[in-house]
Amino acid sequence: MQQMTGARMVVQALKDQGVEVVFGYPGGAVLPIYDEIFQQNDIRHILVRHEQGAVHMAEGYARSTGKPGVALVTSGPGATNAVTGLTDALMDSIPIIVISGQVPTFMIGTDGFQEADTVGITRPCTKMNWLVKDTAKLSETIHQAFHVATKGRPGPVLVDIPKDVQFATALYTPREQAKTSHYQPRVRGDEAQIAKLVDLIETAERPLFYTGGGVINSGRAASALLRELVAETDFPITSTLMGLGSYPASGKNWLGMLGMHGLYEANLSMHGCDVMINIGARFDDRITGRIKDFSPHSKKVHIDIDPSSINKVVRVDVGIVGDVTLVLEEVLRQWRARGSKTNRAALPKWWAQITQWRAVKCLTYKNSSTVIKPQHALERLEALTKGMDRYITTEVGQHQMWAAQFLGFEDPNRWMTSGGLGTMGYGLPASIGVQVAHPDALVINVAGEASWLMNMQEMGTAMQFRAPVKQFILNNERLGMVRQWQELLHGERYSSSWSESLPDFVKLAEAFGCKGIRIDDPADLDEAIKEMLAYNGPVIFDCRVEKHENCFPMIPSGKPHNEMLLGDADTQGVIEAKGAVLV
Amino acid sequence: MSALNIKKGSSSHSAYELRDPNGELIESHTLAVVVDNESGVLARVIGLFSGRGYNIDSLTVAEVDHEGHLSRITVVTRGTPQVIAQIKAQLDRLVPVHEVHDLTAEGPSVQRELALFKVSGKGEARIEALRLAEIFRANVVDSTLESFVFEMTGTPEKIDAFADLMRPLGLREIARTGVAALSRGA
Ligand SMILES: Cc1ncc(C[n+]2csc(CCOP(=O)(O)OP(=O)(O)O)c2C)c(N)n1
Ligand SMILES: [Mg+2]
Repeated sequence: MQQMTGARMVVQALKDQGVEVVFGYPGGAVLPIYDEIFQQNDIRHILVRHEQGAVHMAEGYARSTGKPGVALVTSGPGATNAVTGLTDALMDSIPIIVISGQVPTFMIGTDGFQEADTVGITRPCTKMNWLVKDTAKLSETIHQAFHVATKGRPGPVLVDIPKDVQFATALYTPREQAKTSHYQPRVRGDEAQIAKLVDLIETAERPLFYTGGGVINSGRAASALLRELVAETDFPITSTLMGLGSYPASGKNWLGMLGMHGLYEANLSMHGCDVMINIGARFDDRITGRIKDFSPHSKKVHIDIDPSSINKVVRVDVGIVGDVTLVLEEVLRQWRARGSKTNRAALPKWWAQITQWRAVKCLTYKNSSTVIKPQHALERLEALTKGMDRYITTEVGQHQMWAAQFLGFEDPNRWMTSGGLGTMGYGLPASIGVQVAHPDALVINVAGEASWLMNMQEMGTAMQFRAPVKQFILNNERLGMVRQWQELLHGERYSSSWSESLPDFVKLAEAFGCKGIRIDDPADLDEAIKEMLAYNGPVIFDCRVEKHENCFPMIPSGKPHNEMLLGDADTQGVIEAKGAVLV
Repeated sequence: MSALNIKKGSSSHSAYELRDPNGELIESHTLAVVVDNESGVLARVIGLFSGRGYNIDSLTVAEVDHEGHLSRITVVTRGTPQVIAQIKAQLDRLVPVHEVHDLTAEGPSVQRELALFKVSGKGEARIEALRLAEIFRANVVDSTLESFVFEMTGTPEKIDAFADLMRPLGLREIARTGVAALSRGA
């Protein structure tokens, strides 16, 4: 073991953990750490423009690589600016480590300059956090932080380090010698429970796989096993927003996303199935709608690494606590050992039913030759980027839902969106985090103009670090999703949902030193997208789209899954301002 | 589109069930939670209860293993069976929590609480207070010509009962420790 300062320990511990990049912003309380970063070359530091950006970049990095992301912020405002990102990562179970500076230990509690009760403020929005008051414990705590962030259900952690702790010296604890505490969540599913699931697989007449972000968090092996299971059982599969890509969109059993803006066939299958197999999803209210009417005829199986997720909102018949990869391995082993049986008499009828639902073609929209429809823009983007090494991030709003509906994801870790928290301003920094992790890939942020403005300062980061991210803004000059709800639920009273005084995005691009493109004619769409793709650098793409397009399908408030709206014609008199108490 | 007409708290028109589906069956459970004795752990446990809207009827905490750096939190909470199950699962997933025991569900347990009562009065009331204290096996730990402080250990129900009796006799203040509990047997 080696004697070193706390600041050096931070850098050493990050290296030991295999960290290659840190997203951060300096300030008085982290200067010793920045000094250490300056004196080495193993860890790259990406200087952001706002600490919220740093945390979302760390999230984008983590979601696209499966490795934990790291952010470094100063005390006080630096730490409070990180709160939204931490909450976002908590809701979507993303492993990130935030290191914050703190005033020296002898000043804590005195309302010192840039003092904030960081561990107090971040306690409810982290999986775990630590205030380290003794340099001798610092390196071990950082190793524990990585352990906690990545083991079990992943999540954000924060280590708060007072400045005097950074200056003091102590012995460094290497990674292997760090006590990773008693925190060893259960990862292997109970075999007897898994046997019950296999019974259901063998007998189900109308089965459905319902997958979520847990499959992606479990790693690439989980997606591979899921694909085997779907192929061999020939059951239909749907997924939440967070789970897109674990099963390929081109796969023949794919029903598309389910939920509030999910596909007709996916939601009706959920409503009509007799066996629902939830793999790593959490019965979010965007999925279930009215709980009482949610999938009323099914036996429900729930595989989740977090025991508290099971029976939290929906009572299930079989609960299996474990890591998706290990559980699916065991499911396949048992099911194959018993002869890989399914209810072959009943399944064709179920598929025939699904085929009818698919024939409704619920994503149909009225295209136009004079204005660009947002759906059309995404269809063209999809067509022109097909087969490319492509990563997509999004902001939050209608464009996000259209992106989920109209873009196809063939692999996990290719789709980064703020699901649980719905954080406008996530997409641009997240796209930079993804690009930093995958320098040669095509990274596109599908954005709404309003969300994009929330963290647009990060274009400076993209420029400085040569991250050629493409900002594909579906500009409807509206807080579109808010406007849609006001139209359908609030008597068309459009209270503050206009995006007024927008900047000239092309000039803005020039001001940042990157490329700006604006189009409003559908005839120019393909050429413009190709120009964006061809440009070797960041692009701000101002795609002027239809202003009043609504996002369908939509399960209106107060309705169960089988009463979804498919288009504008359906909305007349259906919603009647009911259910506006909900978000 | 028709105008809004939503009654406060109404849930018949909402997409989600806003009423608690098992609002009827409320049970009281005593949980023993063994945690790392580190700063912030109690705040994390309490924050879980307040953040998720669970009840705390009583809470006690003290270090029980100095070597192992462990504290024991005894918490009495109320909720439907589903909520109680959630509380246990949520507690169990907190990183510094080592063990969660539901003493109510895991078999018979002993529950004790210590309370101090200040009762002031003269004449008959004073004599009656002393007589009842004897019956309840409460000790006099302080006395003046016009007041007593009684100390009593017992179940929360016994303490409630004694407090009810003391109230007309001049009860001024009560201090209670909250419940400490252990399962019975080896
Ligand atoms: C930080 C934050 N504030 C407010 C909201 C509420 N909200 C959800 S969608 C939306 C409008 C988004 O507008 P835009 O980014 O232009 O996307 P569009 O819906 O028009 O595609 C708003 C305000 C949010 N999700 N996040
Ligand atoms: Mg918009």
